[in-house]
Amino acid sequence: MDSKKNHIALKVENLSIGYQSKKETTVITSNLNFEINRGAFVCILGKNGIGKSTLLRTLSKVQSPIEGTVFLNGSKLSSFTNPELAKNLSLVLTEKLPESNLTVFELIALGRQPYTNWIGKLTNNDLDIIFKSIKLTGLEHLINKKYYELSDGQFQRVLISRALAQDTNTIILDEPTAHLDIEHTLETFQLLKELAVKENKTIIISTHEIQLAIQSAEELFLMTENDFIGGKPSDLIKDKSIDALFSNNSIIFDAVKEQFVLKQPS
Amino acid sequence: MDKQHSYKLTFISLVFLLIAVWIFNISFGSVSIPFQEIFSTILGGEPTKGAWETIILNYRVPKSITAILVGSGLSISGLLMQTLFRNPLAGPFVLGISSGASLGVAMLLLGTSLFSGFTFFLDSSFGMAIAASFGSFLVMTAVMIVANRIRNTMSILIIGLMFGSITSAIISVLAYFSGPEQLQKFIFWGFGSLGNLSWNELSIFALIYFIGISLLGFILKPLNSLLLGENYAKSMGINIKLVRNVILITTSILTGVITAFSGPIAFVGLAVPHIARLIFNSSNHKILLPASAILGAILMLLADTIAQLPTSEFTLPINAITSLFGAPIVIWLLIRKKAIYL
Repeated sequence: MDSKKNHIALKVENLSIGYQSKKETTVITSNLNFEINRGAFVCILGKNGIGKSTLLRTLSKVQSPIEGTVFLNGSKLSSFTNPELAKNLSLVLTEKLPESNLTVFELIALGRQPYTNWIGKLTNNDLDIIFKSIKLTGLEHLINKKYYELSDGQFQRVLISRALAQDTNTIILDEPTAHLDIEHTLETFQLLKELAVKENKTIIISTHEIQLAIQSAEELFLMTENDFIGGKPSDLIKDKSIDALFSNNSIIFDAVKEQFVLKQPS
Repeated sequence: MDKQHSYKLTFISLVFLLIAVWIFNISFGSVSIPFQEIFSTILGGEPTKGAWETIILNYRVPKSITAILVGSGLSISGLLMQTLFRNPLAGPFVLGISSGASLGVAMLLLGTSLFSGFTFFLDSSFGMAIAASFGSFLVMTAVMIVANRIRNTMSILIIGLMFGSITSAIISVLAYFSGPEQLQKFIFWGFGSLGNLSWNELSIFALIYFIGISLLGFILKPLNSLLLGENYAKSMGINIKLVRNVILITTSILTGVITAFSGPIAFVGLAVPHIARLIFNSSNHKILLPASAILGAILMLLADTIAQLPTSEFTLPINAITSLFGAPIVIWLLIRKKAIYL
């Protein structure tokens, strides 16, 4: 029983997400139920504005659910204190960093903050984990650069490396390939998949790269106006659930090419 | 590891420079006193003229210590503000804290009719200190109440600026209705001065200063994660509200007490953190905090030495000197560097 529970990294029960203000409550999606296994690479797909970011923010306790419960590593998300949560969940966000003189090494080393003492001193163990993260993301040659000198692709790796240094089981990334060219997008997906398989990290991302998601994700979540469907990519293609991703009738899913295409006018 | 070595070297040179500037500062003044006499007096000896002992021990030394406290305190406040607001233009002035202190002093000096029972207060710098601290505390409390309701740091920055405008406006109104003598007193306070503190006042100044500085212990670690923005800092387990409040309290204590005892001194809080960043080429607060403190002290001592116009009997307003000589340095540094970072 216990061992089985440990395999589940994230569990969502009867979850409603949306925004709450004093005057009104806006529900985006309700009645979500799903589980994500430890070491899975999960992609959340859906068009702009459908609520992917809201879901990720709810899963990472940045905002609270309107209803329902999120369990992280078997415990209620709401019962985690911020420092505890920082040891269980790390984030890669889309927001721009304020410009500063931080070096790549210093930025990655900040990932150790939940573990260091009051003055932030890095122990040998911290340094080991930092260098392991740097190695996993292939950034050895850049560690003394200022982060503003990097390309977008390299910078995304630095952010992933920082999340790795935080040494959490689960990493949530919001559109990690948003500004990247196709080469760096491929590399990022490859890296994330590797981290899930080899390092047993649970990796949850939101993305618009449908084709890459189908090829690399263990599980897909499709967010549409009326529905929230999860499953293996092959199953979702087979039962045509994936067709629902776009409400526009002229965009159809080509099961052979594994991608969405524009319907040719007949 | 090489880098750490060079940081150490720079720090050692800065400390030596500070000591040199300090001695330089004590050595010059409107009365010229030979070097040997100054050294022997500081080390506890008796100078040839009795008046020299008074000048050195009761005037020049406390003035130089004031300069060090003022320079380092304002620089640290500026650095904290810039990091909290992630805005290189932030400084102790932006939150309206300095304006609050000015308001307190203006109430005292210009609104005498309101305080007619307390006129005995007027000439003591103690009265001014209390009034200024009270004013800065009032504005700080207002900003803090707002800050706890609003998530967006940029809004707090703007609200701080607005509080600053309101207090300046009140001061203008007070100034409009006050007599020329009171106005002159207030304007002279506004020029800034380091030299009016007795040892007693200085020890109170130093005590409050160190209380403010010691609060930094709580936020030494979170400061660096704030460089990634509040959301990342939060995701690394940082209690943003606590950090924000500690920064606001520390800054108001430092700025409040400094403005109270030496007038509103502009420029230092904004500029010195940038000089520190340019010299050390780093954003790490473990380097920037001590670096800003030392550089601020050096700058203030130099400004004070210039303000004394050595061997003349005039003293220029310190507030003018800091900007007059400091601003071109910063402009020159930035033109060379071409970009400005936190």
